Amino acid sequence: MNTRGLRSQLKDSVPVTGMGPQVGAYGVQDTLRSGFSSVKNELLPSHALELSEKNFQLNQDKMNFSTLRNIQGLHAPLKLQMEYRAARQIQRLPFLQSSHLALDTLKGNDESISFEDILNDPAQSEMMGEPHIMVEYKLGMM
Amino acid sequence: MSTLSMCQTQLGGFSFENCKRNAVLETEVTKVGCRMPAARKTGTTIVGVVFKDGLVLGADTRATEGMIVADKNCSKIHYISPNIYCCGAGTAADTEMTTQIISSNLELHSLSTGRLPRVATANRMLKQMLFRYQGHIGAALVLGGMDCNGPHLYSIYPHGSTDKLPYVTMGSGSLAAMAVFEDRYKQDMEEEDAKRLVRDAIAAGIFNDLGSGSNIDLCVITKGRVDYLRPHDMANKKGVRTGNYKYKRGTTGVLTKAVTKLDLEVVEETIQTMDTS
Repeated sequence: MNTRGLRSQLKDSVPVTGMGPQVGAYGVQDTLRSGFSSVKNELLPSHALELSEKNFQLNQDKMNFSTLRNIQGLHAPLKLQMEYRAARQIQRLPFLQSSHLALDTLKGNDESISFEDILNDPAQSEMMGEPHIMVEYKLGMM
Repeated sequence: MSTLSMCQTQLGGFSFENCKRNAVLETEVTKVGCRMPAARKTGTTIVGVVFKDGLVLGADTRATEGMIVADKNCSKIHYISPNIYCCGAGTAADTEMTTQIISSNLELHSLSTGRLPRVATANRMLKQMLFRYQGHIGAALVLGGMDCNGPHLYSIYPHGSTDKLPYVTMGSGSLAAMAVFEDRYKQDMEEEDAKRLVRDAIAAGIFNDLGSGSNIDLCVITKGRVDYLRPHDMANKKGVRTGNYKYKRGTTGVLTKAVTKLDLEVVEETIQTMDTS
């Protein structure tokens, strides 16, 4: 859950990049993948919570790792991040639903329920990604 | 969803896709002169008081939708765990979902620790979640329960601040109820006195606030026992019609009568209870 010592960790939280244009391979707007661009859509978030919710998990992790480093030394967050990276690789191909069981157990998400599990469950999503494109995107080939 | 092809997997949780569309719709609708639909609120009186061996939570039972009463007998005291209950004021859906999520989390937590959950745990979970959403979840709660350290009573505001007090009131009728508490609250009351005090405080809210009404629900939590009294007191009973406008039999003359018998057999009989109050 949340840790104390937030004030000393503020400088480590993720900087707000948020809504910038989706640049593709050549530094230009990637129309094929992210649609037409519009300055109004990209400059301002459509809701006050949009940015903070998008980066919530990242910020939490950064804060927790900083505190852990200050308490136990550098080895603790390093070991944990190594385990996270290993668990994140145990997945199915990108267009299929993977359960993320190992990752959830490591992070402690197997013992809590929040809006991520109730609303907009990705397993019930009505749209399916196109298999070839998603795999190529993940492998960086596209 | 508007892209040519989805390259990354969707995440769960809140989706802000329609916010811009809603903002545009709202300006268009106000130009024409109509109003956007309002969320159902529980303009409410909810109270809690700590007495000698436990605590009493009380709530009225009216849910409003703007100027209309949407539910004459809604239940505002929600179950969190066998020893912890929570009254909710504000947007009805928000209080309902928030208390259910916290109840699930507390159950998982108590299964993992193997102990009865504490009220302070529920309080911290609620305040962290409400602060994360910066007050957009409109749930003002009165959380009370009995654990190994005695009775505890917290009031939780929509933005995430909490207070631990011996007596609290929340909702639109909170001022009327607090007036009653400030006058008659004493430390270490007996159970009957506490129940009467809570009943009078809610009645003050019901009779002096438009957003509260109908019946009074009570929940008495002591060590090992929870009394959920619903309804404890029907303060606003609907009146009975004194006149009858039905025509008496024989007012219209009968000319002919033909009876056809239909042969039906009862295949299945089910009873579905409805809340007809």
